[in-house]
This record gives sequence, C-alpha cells and structure tokens, in this order.
Amino acid sequence: MKISPPNLILLLSISLCALAFLSLFIGAADIPARDILSALIGNASTSTEIIILELRLPRVLLGIMAGASLGLSGAALQGLLRNPLADPGVIGVSATAGLGAVIAIYLGLSSSFPLSIQIMSMGGALLATFILSFISSRDSSVLTLILAGIGISSLATAAISLTMNFAKNPMSLQDMIMWLLGSLDNRTMTDITLAGPFIIGGWLILRGVGQGLNASSLGEDTAQTLGINLKVLRMRVIIGSAISVGATVSVCGAIGFVGLVVPHMVRSLIGHAPGRLLLPSALMGAILLTLADLATRAPFGHGQLRLGVVTAFVGSPLFLYIIYKTRGTMR
Amino acid sequence: MTLDARNIHVTINKHQILRDVSLSIPKGKLIGLIGPNGAGKSTLLRTILGLTEPQSGQILLDGEELSNWTLKERAKKISYAAQGAPVHWPLDVRHIVSLGRIPHMDPWQKINPLDDQLIHQAMIKTDVLHLADRLTTTLSGGERACVMLARAMVAEADYLCADEPIASLDPYHQLQVMDILRSLAKEGHGVLIVLHDLTLAGRYCDELVLMNQGQILANGPPDNVLTAENLDRAYHIKASRWQENGDSFLSPWKISGRPDRKG
Repeated sequence: MKISPPNLILLLSISLCALAFLSLFIGAADIPARDILSALIGNASTSTEIIILELRLPRVLLGIMAGASLGLSGAALQGLLRNPLADPGVIGVSATAGLGAVIAIYLGLSSSFPLSIQIMSMGGALLATFILSFISSRDSSVLTLILAGIGISSLATAAISLTMNFAKNPMSLQDMIMWLLGSLDNRTMTDITLAGPFIIGGWLILRGVGQGLNASSLGEDTAQTLGINLKVLRMRVIIGSAISVGATVSVCGAIGFVGLVVPHMVRSLIGHAPGRLLLPSALMGAILLTLADLATRAPFGHGQLRLGVVTAFVGSPLFLYIIYKTRGTMR
Repeated sequence: MTLDARNIHVTINKHQILRDVSLSIPKGKLIGLIGPNGAGKSTLLRTILGLTEPQSGQILLDGEELSNWTLKERAKKISYAAQGAPVHWPLDVRHIVSLGRIPHMDPWQKINPLDDQLIHQAMIKTDVLHLADRLTTTLSGGERACVMLARAMVAEADYLCADEPIASLDPYHQLQVMDILRSLAKEGHGVLIVLHDLTLAGRYCDELVLMNQGQILANGPPDNVLTAENLDRAYHIKASRWQENGDSFLSPWKISGRPDRKG
C-alpha cells in the first residue's frame, strides 16, 4: 500500500481527532456527544464541564502529546543513527526519568507534595539530556553518543533496581512497578502545565531537521558536503528527543515500543526517506497511544491494565508483521 | 578561478599523513590523484572538501580561504562522490539524485520544476533514467556509481571530487564513468578523482598527481608522471608500455621491489 505523504497526514489527522473524541466520550459518567462538544467550547453545565475539561481532556491531551513525542523522536533518532532499531530508549532519558520517579516514590515524597514524582522524574531526564549534550558538543560521533546513551541507560536501570531492592515496604515497591509500567490515569491540567512546555519545546527543536536527516542517508561525510552542519543536526535530534521524551516519561511513565514501531508503520506507507517520516510518525504515535489508552479502559482490563503493557503487546506483533513484510527491501 | 591546496600538513593520531602538499584544480581540467594505498590520497581529498582539518596550510576556493565560506556556500561550489557510494535506506534513484539539490534548498523547500529538470538531465547524462523508480539497494555497483555521479552533478558545483569512482566496477562501467567525468571537465568543471587504475588514469586525465608517503612525488601531464622511475619509487612495480594508433598504453606488469615497512 502506498499513499502520498500529504494524504497520509490528512488521513492521520482525521483519525486522531475521531479517536480523541471517542476517548473523551468514554468514562464512568454517560455524557452524550453533543454535551461533550458544548463542554469543549465552554457552553455546558458545570458538572459536565468539570468531567470533560478537568478529568477526561487532560488524559486525552497527554496521550496525544506523549504518543507524538515518542513517534517523532523515534523517527528522528532512527534517521540520525541511520538505524531502524533505534528508539527513544537508546539515548537513556527514559531510564533516568524512571529513576527520578522511583527515588521520589522510595522517599515517599508524594504524600507531602503530590507533584514530586513528576518533578524528580523530569530532573532525571534533564540530567541525562545535559550529559548527552555535553558529550555531543565535544565533536563525538553518532556511535559514541549512542554508546553513551546505553551507558547512561544501564546505570539508571541498575539504580532503579537498587532502589526497588531496598523499597521500604511492599506498597512502595508496587507503586514503583506500577509507575514504571506507564499510565494516563488521573492526570490533571497540572501535569500538562508541568510537562507541556518541555514536550512542545522538544518538538520545536526537532522541527526542520528533516533535510539534514535526508542528507544523512548518504553518510555523514556526504551530508556535510551537501552543506549540512552535522554537529548542529546531532545536537538538535538528541536534545529535542531527550527533552520531549523525558517530559513524556515524567508524567506518563515508561511507555515502550511506540517510538520503535511507529516509524516502521509510516515507512510501509510512504517509503524510507527519513525527513518525510517525522510529522506522520508524530501523528501515528499519537493515534497508537490514544488507542492503547482506550484499551486500558476496556472492561477486560478491570481497570488494572497499564499503558506500557498494552503498547508493548500491540507494538511487538505489529513490528514483527512489518519487518516480515519489508524483509526484501531492508538490507 | 581555481580550487587550491597550499602547503597542507595533516596529522591524525600523531601520525603525519600529509607533508607540505600543494595542489591546484583549475576549472575545465580532469585531475587524477594516484599513488599506493596509504599515500594520503583520500586524506588530501577530505582536506580539500573541508572534512579533515589541516594542521597548517590553506585551502583556497576561488581565492578565498575555505573556512570563510559557510557550509551551504561551499556545498554549492564543490560536490563530492564518496567512495563506495553508501546509501543507508532503501530509497528510489530519483530521490537519491534529488538529494544533490540540498545545497540550493531551504530546510522546508520542496523540489521545484527547475530542480526536476536538472535531475532529469543528470539522469540522462549518466544513463540511469530507466532506473529512476528502482530502489538503490537493488542496483548493481556500476549502476550505483552512475546514480551517485548524477547526484553530485545536480548540485551544479564548479568543482567535483570523487574518491575511487571506478573501484570494483566492470570495464564497461569504468569507461562509462570516466567518459562522464571527462565530459564534465570539458563542460568547464574542475574535477579531482582518486584512481588506482593507471591505464585509465593515463588515458583520461589531463593531469596526474602522484603521491607517495604523504608527499607529492610528481605532477603534470600523464606521460611526465607515469615514468618508469616514478612507478618504481612510488608503487615498486614495473609497467609494460606500448603505443597503438598514436595512443600510449601502460599496464602494471611485475613487482620491482619491496615497499618500506614502517612499524
């Protein structure tokens, strides 16, 4: 199946709006579609407005922002590293963001200050971003950066295990595990205010890297002789991804597989040119995450199903299917 | 108007790779850079392209120091066909060729009809138009080399550098690529290529630059460079030579000595 990129973007945008609306529609209270629309334009009864704008809308918006960040940075990182196996996890921010959250839970900070988990987690993500930008400003190769990411990631994962190891009680341990599995439950506008600026900031940094990524498909030397400043390109992709993914993880938990699988889905529709994948991957990521969030609320989950589990379960078979379909062209 | 390297010294990891190398690439000439493996040919090419920083010496592009040019402006002046023509994604040929227009485009700009025309013409000149919709990953080495030349040509740069453009190609494609490079020089481009095939180097190039151990051993018209003495000193080989219909031919024939072994 082939489709032109503008048509795909249109199709994905329409699907995303429809799914977002469906997500607003589903919840404990039965609210008719008409009332949802009037609540969105500030024209409904107070109770309806509270349910829609304060309970359901933050969840939908965060899902879209998180999915878009993961899809976009997955596509950008795969383009930069010229490797279809890269995902936002390789730069290590997901792990350090997770570490921040786990430490906050360990210390029991959230009982005295509710946003402490998100803030600690964001701190973890920014720390990794800082280390990465320091390394990438030293004229390092992409391989060095990725190995540094893996090092940071392994260290943070070890520290997460250590923290869990010494969890003060089973409840605290369960909180840590649940947080790491990812969720959009009970998110508020405060979460959006906290993470939104970083997420959108990351997107803005990534905006316009497409041309450089296209040139990089000919190798770094050739890209440079085509007038691309590789150091700047590397910094933008790494830091843009780190900031938006770090902020995403800090409010939604670790959500695997979206960043890896989404660019492959888009490739099977519009081809491999890395610059062309960016916007469609952001939209596709948002769609996938909104769908996964809908699935976590399905009756069979008994309200226990976590987002990261669903994305991995949906993502991996899809991934296997796509790589099987494209095995002839990937060499 | 020339692309000049002046008194270039390059040291990489405490190894001196180039020692006081000077070279001039005038427009309208096909210059062949020859020499044994490890003589510093690729490093010189990379230095001229601005990919390797020299310890001392200057690269002058139309009389102006290369570092004073922005990357974009340089890219409009000098294009480069890398060794082995790497392509990291399965992209179609037309798309690959269109990447050569990047120096002339803003980050958001799309290919316009003028670009399309240039891309089309370059694909005709390099005889790859029939491959336009094929994925480059499915092409033969010879077809790939021609696609990469087309990509380098659409930049409309004054100078073109190619690192071993005919390495591991069959005789047909070797001749085809050399014909294309010669016609580019005839059209007024300054072309610098790294070569190992001395026969083709002698036949096609206007001038040859013979490098040995980081220095230029000889340069000038092919007959003056490819002397028995120079071949012995640089390559440690003896060549067999003959004349036919006024053309002179040369074929490496046997080893005449042993390269110096450095630890």
